[in-house]
Amino acid sequence: MNFAFLHKYASLMHAYRLSRTLTPWLAGLTLALFAWGLVSGLVFAPADYQQGESFRIMYVHVPSAWMSMFVYVTMAAAGGAALVWKLKLAEIVARACAPLGASFTFLALVTGSLWGKPMWGTWWVWDARLTSELILLFLYLGVMALHGAFDDRRAAARAGAVLSLIGVVNIPIIHFSVEWWSTLHQGATVTKFDKPSIHIDMLIPLLVMIAAFQCYFFWNLLVRVRAQILEYDRNAAWVRELDLPTRA
Amino acid sequence: MSGDVVAAVLRRELLRAARNQAEALHPLLFFALVILMFPFALGTDSALLSRIAAGAVWVAALLAAALSLESLFRADYADGTLEVLVTGGAPLALLGFAKALAHWLLSGLPVLVLAVPAGLALDVPGAVLGVLLATLALGSVVMSLVGSAISALTVGLRGGGLLLAMLILPLYIPVLIFGASATANAALGLPVTGEIYFLAGLVVLAVTLAPWATAAALRIRMS
Repeated sequence: MNFAFLHKYASLMHAYRLSRTLTPWLAGLTLALFAWGLVSGLVFAPADYQQGESFRIMYVHVPSAWMSMFVYVTMAAAGGAALVWKLKLAEIVARACAPLGASFTFLALVTGSLWGKPMWGTWWVWDARLTSELILLFLYLGVMALHGAFDDRRAAARAGAVLSLIGVVNIPIIHFSVEWWSTLHQGATVTKFDKPSIHIDMLIPLLVMIAAFQCYFFWNLLVRVRAQILEYDRNAAWVRELDLPTRA
Repeated sequence: MSGDVVAAVLRRELLRAARNQAEALHPLLFFALVILMFPFALGTDSALLSRIAAGAVWVAALLAAALSLESLFRADYADGTLEVLVTGGAPLALLGFAKALAHWLLSGLPVLVLAVPAGLALDVPGAVLGVLLATLALGSVVMSLVGSAISALTVGLRGGGLLLAMLILPLYIPVLIFGASATANAALGLPVTGEIYFLAGLVVLAVTLAPWATAAALRIRMS
């Protein structure tokens, strides 16, 4: 198969322009979704009959936990594309994902810990999902450490891609082995195939918040990718022609 | 042809170990020293030691594997052998498999043998010792295979051994969970076949996939 057509759309100049066009739209969408989700979740959603007001941290915790996994898969998929088709753009995307994913994972851990204190009476328990999330954080930090150990940007991105693919094979194994090892977490509330065990007035703000986090991730990704494109192609003619602020 | 490659790499690794026996002993000494730390840290109460013994042996084996992997490709990287192999079109997946096998023979197997006196010294109950050895035998194969891929990925990088250990330990968690859970069950007189099957499954998965990851890693490091 001939994948040459991919290279045109994956050219850094096109990506840069596309990213610059999309950024303000995504930024607006993100802010609107956050405003809607936060107000309806923190003000209008009814208090939980058992957990009272403290359940509202769910509106940050669940989207962060979801994003921590979504970003890892995105990073590994971009890494796979970087390895197979040697696309510079995929290398850049994969590399930009790592710190973002690590931040979401960290946020999920911190909010989970804050939620756990009033609910379980302790900041930390060695519960299956918490522990998997902690391991995921270490996988992200490993990818970032590997990136940092290289001087050559492209080799760094490709090595990170191999590591994140090894991680993707391992994550289900880690998840199920940890699940088997111990569990205390409340069961899944949103992804059950029958009726979700959460009231619709609580569910809608949650879904809005997940969408907001998702948009926030793409917005941030676009900005990071654009910065890295400029670094990669800093000597290319099209970059020199851009009206960029120069170093004093 | 493929057997030749594996045999040649294996022969070379074993020969190198035979000619540099002091270095070949490092993983064993390290393993023994980590075991030695436990009575000092937790006291000599034999009931307590007997309870934590299997876990301690597992953790020590994990650390010994992680730290000994750093030197797996180091010499070949330093003297340019790896570069010749990669640019010369050598079958890299077979090379990776042979390297992992050599690591298991030189580090996994001796640690397995040393686990017997280590376990006895920590008062592992007799029924648990057999299960500990069986799970450690399977687990160490997975550790050598997965580890060789990460070792290839990090050979010659800044941060060397510590970076390698940091990348590899999260990947060893499933092996540790199944191994430790089997020994815990054995101590309670419960069946352990489930864990043994899971570990055997991980061995099959690692044999199938890890050599390809090693090959990809070598190609990236040498490009």
